[in-house]
Amino acid sequence: MASVRVPLMFLTLLCFAHPAQAHVHKGEELSFLSGFWHPISGLDHVVAMIAVGMWGAQLGPPAIWVLPVAFPIVMAFGGMLGLLGVPLPGTEIGIALSALGLGAAVMTAWRPPLVLAAVLVGFFAIFHGYAHGHELPAGENALLYSLGFVMATGCLHLVGITIGLVNRGYWGQRGLRAGGAAIAATGMFFLWKALA
Amino acid sequence: MWRTLVLAACVPLPAAAHMPTSGLGPVYDGVFHLLLSPEDLIPLIALALLCGQRGAPFARRTLWVVPLAWFAGGVAGILAGAAHAIAFDGASFLLLGGLVALNANVPLALMTALAALFGFFHGYMNGAGIIRINDGIFMLLGLCAAVCLVVAVFASLVIPLRRPWTLIAVRVAGSWIAASGLLMLGWSLHGVR
Repeated sequence: MASVRVPLMFLTLLCFAHPAQAHVHKGEELSFLSGFWHPISGLDHVVAMIAVGMWGAQLGPPAIWVLPVAFPIVMAFGGMLGLLGVPLPGTEIGIALSALGLGAAVMTAWRPPLVLAAVLVGFFAIFHGYAHGHELPAGENALLYSLGFVMATGCLHLVGITIGLVNRGYWGQRGLRAGGAAIAATGMFFLWKALA
Repeated sequence: MWRTLVLAACVPLPAAAHMPTSGLGPVYDGVFHLLLSPEDLIPLIALALLCGQRGAPFARRTLWVVPLAWFAGGVAGILAGAAHAIAFDGASFLLLGGLVALNANVPLALMTALAALFGFFHGYMNGAGIIRINDGIFMLLGLCAAVCLVVAVFASLVIPLRRPWTLIAVRVAGSWIAASGLLMLGWSLHGVR
């Protein structure tokens, strides 16, 4: 009973939390939330970023951290290209292919050299970043929007890594590969939509 | 004890950041200004993380170089005045975050120069904003005290880390800061503030 009482008290107190009014006049907290929400709002982005984490976990160290470290930086570079208006045709196809390719890599438990895996992930990251950079709304606080955007991407990778940690034993490995197959199927659907 | 503290944290009072009169005086205004300004605080944390990665001698050097440079830059900013440049913010995010992500083996002399340059330019921009405030020099002193505190806290958090995943977490934090810096550079080149 005592173990339930303390969490219950926390939850009750959280229900009465005062709103934090810092910076409310500039709408900066909205910029952070807006940036944080942006990568999460599209399923094509979500599955690809989770796949990066899953693949990293499947490949093991050092890929487990190299891929999630490389992805946000290259994605931000893609975002910068999008903001600058540099033309990059076939962005939606590239995003769909990223889900398809990364999902297939997890499904087949493909183990390329680390450099090749990083280059592949970086290549796909440019399309994701470009799409986001191209769609960034005006009037946001650049710093807080960018922070929210990158943190959400990192959190999606962490979700993927956490899922990828099931990669132990017969059923864990099979389960992870099935997850990769589901992501590849999602990528196939988005590819069909992009080409239609 | 800890339960009481966590319970108290669950009932926060409204944060009134950057209010014209905090009631705490200019020194505390300076302290809170740094803690509530992500454009200054986050690259400073990146610098502290970098010092922590390199070890105690680097942290000890940075602990006094950055606040002094920040103060010197602040005084120069108060005297001269300047416009805030988001491109510089983006560059400091990118550079310091990138060095943390790479776990770069920066020599002590270079780290000292980096800390001095970083402190001076951020202090300069702070000083240019403080120019309109009475007792600006006291606010600057509070700011520098907070700078020293942030470097001490974050560097001392990283120095004792030994487990591989904790070291990786620090590098991931650096990559997030660098990525944010790249996006901010994009925004600034795009002409958005």
